[in-house]
Amino acid sequence: MFKRTRDVEVLKEIARQVRIDLLKALHHAKSGHTGGSLSSVEILVALYFAELRHDPKNPRWENRDRFVLSKGHGVPALYAVLAHAGYFPREELLTLRKPGSRLQGHPEYDLSIGIEATTGSLGHGLSAANGMALAAKLDKKDIRVYVLLSDGELQEGATWEAIMTASYRKLDNLCAIVDRNRFQNDGAMADIKDIEPLPDKWRAFGWEVEVLSDGHDFAGLLSAFDRARVTKGKPFVIIANTIKGKGISIFENQGKYHGVAPTDEELKLALRELGENI
Amino acid sequence: MSKSKLSDVVVDEIREHIYIREVYGKTLVELGREYPELVVLDADLTVSTKTSLFGKEFPERFFTMGVSEQDMMATAAGFALSGKIPFASTFAVFATGRAWEHIRQSIAFPKLNVKIVATHAGVTVGEDGATHQALEDIALMRVLPNMTVIVPADAVETEKVIRTIVKHQGPTYVRLARAKFPTIFKKNYEFEIGKAKVLREGKHVAIFAIGIMVYEALEASKILEKEGISAFVVNVSTIKPIDVETIVECARIAGAVVTAEDHNIIGGLGGAVAEVLSEHYPTPMRRIGMRDRFGTSGDGLQLLEYFGLKARNIVQAVHELLEFNSAKKSVSFK
Repeated sequence: MFKRTRDVEVLKEIARQVRIDLLKALHHAKSGHTGGSLSSVEILVALYFAELRHDPKNPRWENRDRFVLSKGHGVPALYAVLAHAGYFPREELLTLRKPGSRLQGHPEYDLSIGIEATTGSLGHGLSAANGMALAAKLDKKDIRVYVLLSDGELQEGATWEAIMTASYRKLDNLCAIVDRNRFQNDGAMADIKDIEPLPDKWRAFGWEVEVLSDGHDFAGLLSAFDRARVTKGKPFVIIANTIKGKGISIFENQGKYHGVAPTDEELKLALRELGENI
Repeated sequence: MSKSKLSDVVVDEIREHIYIREVYGKTLVELGREYPELVVLDADLTVSTKTSLFGKEFPERFFTMGVSEQDMMATAAGFALSGKIPFASTFAVFATGRAWEHIRQSIAFPKLNVKIVATHAGVTVGEDGATHQALEDIALMRVLPNMTVIVPADAVETEKVIRTIVKHQGPTYVRLARAKFPTIFKKNYEFEIGKAKVLREGKHVAIFAIGIMVYEALEASKILEKEGISAFVVNVSTIKPIDVETIVECARIAGAVVTAEDHNIIGGLGGAVAEVLSEHYPTPMRRIGMRDRFGTSGDGLQLLEYFGLKARNIVQAVHELLEFNSAKKSVSFK
C-alpha cells in the first residue's frame, strides 16, 4: 500500500531518483523538455508523496484528489514521479515519446497511468481543473484539485479566463502552482514578454497568493499546501520560484535546454552530479 | 410523369414555424430532470441559445462562463472528466471558431463526453451580419477525429437529436440556427446517429440536404415532380459519421446529385458528400450553399434568397446537372 510522507529527507531522496530517471528517459528519447521538467521535480514529488490523496494501485478511485499538469511539456518529470509512486513500472520510462507508448511526448488522458487530463497546448489545464473542482462541489465531495502551470503559460489569454472563473466560483478546493522558472521557449521571459508583477495580478483576480522564494524547498512547499487546504472562500495559488534545469549545473538557468534532451556527455555529467554511478 | 414517394414521416403541409433553439432549451429542462449528471455551460448568450430555460429550473447545474469560450470548452472537459454530462452552448461562430483549439485538444482528442450545441449558425442569423454567421463550423468540427456532427432540420428532429446525444458517449457537435424553421416532420420521425433519412424516393436526381435546406429540398422536389423529374430528398442530419451506404445507394439509382446547405460548400455537406462519392461511386454533382464567401446583414430568411439558397436554386442546379448528364450519356429525363 502506497504511503505518503512528510519526511523531507525521504522526499529529497525521491527527488534525486526522479531526476535520474527523467534524464535517462529524455536521453533515451533523444528529445523533450529538460529544463522545465527539472524545475518541477520538487513540486511534483511534494504533491504525489506528501499532499495528494491517491492510490497508485487504484488510479480510478472515485474520491481521489486530482492533479492536472497544465504545463504538459514538463511531463517527463510527472511520468518519473508516477512510476516511483507505483502507477507503472520504472522500466516503462524508456518508452517515452515512442509510437504506441502510454508515455507520449505530452500527456494524454489515461487513468491507467494516472494521467488525469490531456494537456500540452498551454492555457487549457486550469479550465479543466476548474471543471473538476466544480463537479466535486456539485457532488459535495471532499476532493481537492491541483494544477501545475508554467509561467510562460500565463501569457495565454485563456489562462486568465480560467483564473477569473476559479475566483468567481470561489473554488477553495482548487490549488494552482506556478512553476516560476522565468524562461520560455525563446529565452528569458523578461526579454520576451514579462508577466510581473505576478503576485499582484493573481491577487487582483481574487486569489489567495503564496510566493515561495525557493520552489525546490520541501518544507516551504508542504506548508504552502497546508495553508491552501485551510483557505476558504477562494482559490489558492502558490507561485514557486524555481530554477530552470534545477539540479544539473550545466542546465541551470540555461534557456537553450527548454526543449532539448541531454546528449551522451551531458547525461554522464548530470548523473555524476546526482551521485549516480554509471 | 413519374410519381415519387413521400415518406410518411413528412407532413403534408407546413403548419408551424418554430425556433429550434427554443426546442433545445425546453428539451434540456426535461433532460435535466432525468439526468442529474447533466450540467449546462454558456458563454454570455443564455437568452439567445435558450439555455436560460435550464438555468431557471436548475441554477445549481447551470454555469454562466461569461464571454470566455475557450475557458468554457476546457471547463466542460473537466466536468466530463468527473463523470458529468456537460452541454456547452454559444453561437456557432464562437463555439467552433474561437474555441476550436480547446475543443481539439481538451475534448475531441481525449474523446470526452462533451455536447457542444451551438446556435445561430448560417446566414439565417440575419441582421447581425457576417461576423456572426458561422459558415465554416461544420468543416471545423468534422475535421476533428472522434467528433460526431449533427444538423437537425426542424423542431421535431431537434428534440430527438438532443434526447439521443445525451445517451451517446463521446464528443458531439450539434448545429442549430436562429431563425424559425418550418416543421417538416410528423411526431413519428425517428432520428438515429449516422443514418441519413430518405424523405422522398426518386429516380433522376438525389438531393442531399441539411438544416433549413431540407425544407427547400422538399419544395424543390415538388417543382421537379411537376416537370416529370423524380428526385430523392435525403436528410443527412448526421454529417459525421456520414451514412455512406444511403448516399451511395441514392447516387447509384439517380446518377446525379445535388447538395444543399446553409454553410460554405467547402468542407460542409457538399464537401462531405463529394468525398464519399468520389471514393465509392463517382457521380456528377452540384453544390448549393455559400460559395466560399462570407454573409451579410439582412433579414435571415430573405438572405436565403439573396445567396441563392432557395428551392428554385436547387431546381436550377438539377436542370444543369441533368442537361450535363444527358449531353454526356444521351439520356433523356423527360
